Amino acid sequence: MYVYDEYDQKIVDERVAQYRDQTDRFLAGKLTEAEFLPLRLQNGLYVQRLAPMLRIAVPYGLMSSKQLRKVAQITRDYDKGYAHFSTRQNIQLNWPRLAEVPDLLAELATVQMHAIQTSGNCIRNTTTDQFAGVAPDELEDPRPWCEIVRQWSTLHPEFAFLPRKFKIAVCGSSEDRAAIHAHDIGLELVPNDAGQVGFRVLVGGGLGRTPVIGSEVCPWLEKQHLLSYLEAILRVYNQNGRRDNKYKARIKILVKAMGVDAFREAVEQEWELLKDGPTTLSEEEMNRAHGFFTAPAYRELDGEASETSLAAAVDADPIFGNWVRRNTRAHRVAGYRSVSISLKATGYAPGDITDAQLELVAELADQFSFGEIRSTHQQNLVLADVETEQLQALWQQLQSAGMATPNIGYLTDMICCPGGDYCSLANAKSLPVAEAIQARFDNLDYLYDLGPLELNISGCMNACGHHHIGHIGILGVDKKGQEFYQVCLGGSQAKDASIGKILGPSFKQEDMPEVIDRILSTYVGLREEEETFLDTYRRVGIDPFKERVYAKAD
Amino acid sequence: MPRLIRDGAIVEDDWLPADEDVTTPAEGQVATLDQWLHESPKPRAVQLEPGQAPAPLMDHLADLSLVVINFPAFMDGRGFSYGRELRERGFQGELRAAGHFIRDQVTYLRRCGFNAFQMADEHLLEAALDSLSDFSEHYQAAPDQPLPLFRRRA
Repeated sequence: MYVYDEYDQKIVDERVAQYRDQTDRFLAGKLTEAEFLPLRLQNGLYVQRLAPMLRIAVPYGLMSSKQLRKVAQITRDYDKGYAHFSTRQNIQLNWPRLAEVPDLLAELATVQMHAIQTSGNCIRNTTTDQFAGVAPDELEDPRPWCEIVRQWSTLHPEFAFLPRKFKIAVCGSSEDRAAIHAHDIGLELVPNDAGQVGFRVLVGGGLGRTPVIGSEVCPWLEKQHLLSYLEAILRVYNQNGRRDNKYKARIKILVKAMGVDAFREAVEQEWELLKDGPTTLSEEEMNRAHGFFTAPAYRELDGEASETSLAAAVDADPIFGNWVRRNTRAHRVAGYRSVSISLKATGYAPGDITDAQLELVAELADQFSFGEIRSTHQQNLVLADVETEQLQALWQQLQSAGMATPNIGYLTDMICCPGGDYCSLANAKSLPVAEAIQARFDNLDYLYDLGPLELNISGCMNACGHHHIGHIGILGVDKKGQEFYQVCLGGSQAKDASIGKILGPSFKQEDMPEVIDRILSTYVGLREEEETFLDTYRRVGIDPFKERVYAKAD
Repeated sequence: MPRLIRDGAIVEDDWLPADEDVTTPAEGQVATLDQWLHESPKPRAVQLEPGQAPAPLMDHLADLSLVVINFPAFMDGRGFSYGRELRERGFQGELRAAGHFIRDQVTYLRRCGFNAFQMADEHLLEAALDSLSDFSEHYQAAPDQPLPLFRRRA
């Protein structure tokens, strides 16, 4: 993974010092609440319902065991002994004290971590595939590009006061695990006709109030022009994006208003001036970035033999077998697999993890996976490089710690924002809905029979829980001061991305498990062989679901 | 006389502020963009508001001594791009941020090519001088450092 040199360290240290001074001035009454707001937000600090919330950056979801241990210690010293993984692969702490945040950031800086631009109207953490570098379907590792974008976007002087937040995602594989269609900018590594790999650039995707699938502004961009092209897009947005209404301020609204062709033309015009300038990536820099993401010291293993012995172990122990089938996946290197650690155990808030669990995962990463951990936008963790022969030993440790929930990719592996329990923006609670659904559908056989299913819950239309792109999406809404839940069906974050369609009038919280049950049994009744939920939905449409769910109303 | 930061020092303003109510700006007075567009010969100082991109000035940069970019609200970041575009197109004169930006923004403004800072509250000027040097290293190319860090790393 990327390792800071003295320049990177200096920038982060100076940022901590700057923020310490800003906090001191705020506490001394020399900085107004309104002035401090964007400054603390650009350092990840929200003031929430119960306490401040601090969002720590995990650049493109990659962490070392050392960093994870530091986070564990910080949750003990500055918080209540647990952390939360967000849908942007970042870490959130729910109970830090405002005055202590500078100290907390200084501690993070000692392990090359920070909270820069994890909130505010600026360029946020660039995200990517949690299986980057190890996925068999990968064309090229997206992480060096994420790091290049991270550096360029960090404390960018021109783009710190954009109309609204700005999110970039990079995908380097044939399956899109980074939801690039739902980002302000989506970058896809693709070959041109000559087989040379470059970037397909999508702009103006996003969720929130107005969910939009991104539009292609450039079918293929030569790699060395990446940053100057991004700069041109941001410059058009910074100057022309709406600033009169925060709900219409995202770049997707600008792209729609201008039309994608006119937008592209404006970008090209700006790019003319920037193209081939000093921001053009040099061969040395591209090589330097790639040098941090070379393969670890894999052992030469007999892949077939290890798969055979795994198959025997799976047969011998069906509980282990469940976990292997759901929570591990193929690796591009023979004899290795990638392991997902589910943070979706029933009874726990999705994405939450205790200090002891963080330390256990750090320990397991050191033992089994070259000391690296990844966070996923589905709010789980990944050990990317585990020897197949070691899976059982790893599983036993996870199992005894209650961290071997075998549900990756299934209904109970839901994405869920912190909702009204914590977040001051939320219209409704999301965690109790998630918990009620998890409790209702805790039968693994039924879960597996339902097949791959993405259920996403957001507590308000800011859509942190990505409800529009869940196969089943749930949105908390406020109706005259009461919490209700709207359901949408048919969303997808894959390459065939789609926005879910609203099923009908919203429901009370206590009705949600029953509503989900009816949706699922409609699917089970209608599905044809091998059809997933999404396949069936796309074939039959929303009406059969609607009829079944609202049947009782007559 | 109003004071401002220019090239790292606090000085008195030698220009008269823009006044949209006059038809023709006086000698030594900053013109609004409208006035500047209508005047001939062109005044040597002009003020841009958010929404007034610097495109019309680009063919006259050598004749301009001062471009003021007004920040009526500090959260509106359009002026950062205006400043940078002016410098990238070769503007050599004084590039001044004026209005309600805050001291924590001057380090970014300086990077975007601003060399003068006129704050709505003059009492904050001394403190703003300190913030000019919040950072000694940067990743990006910008008017204050034309090479990105990746071209300068040892």
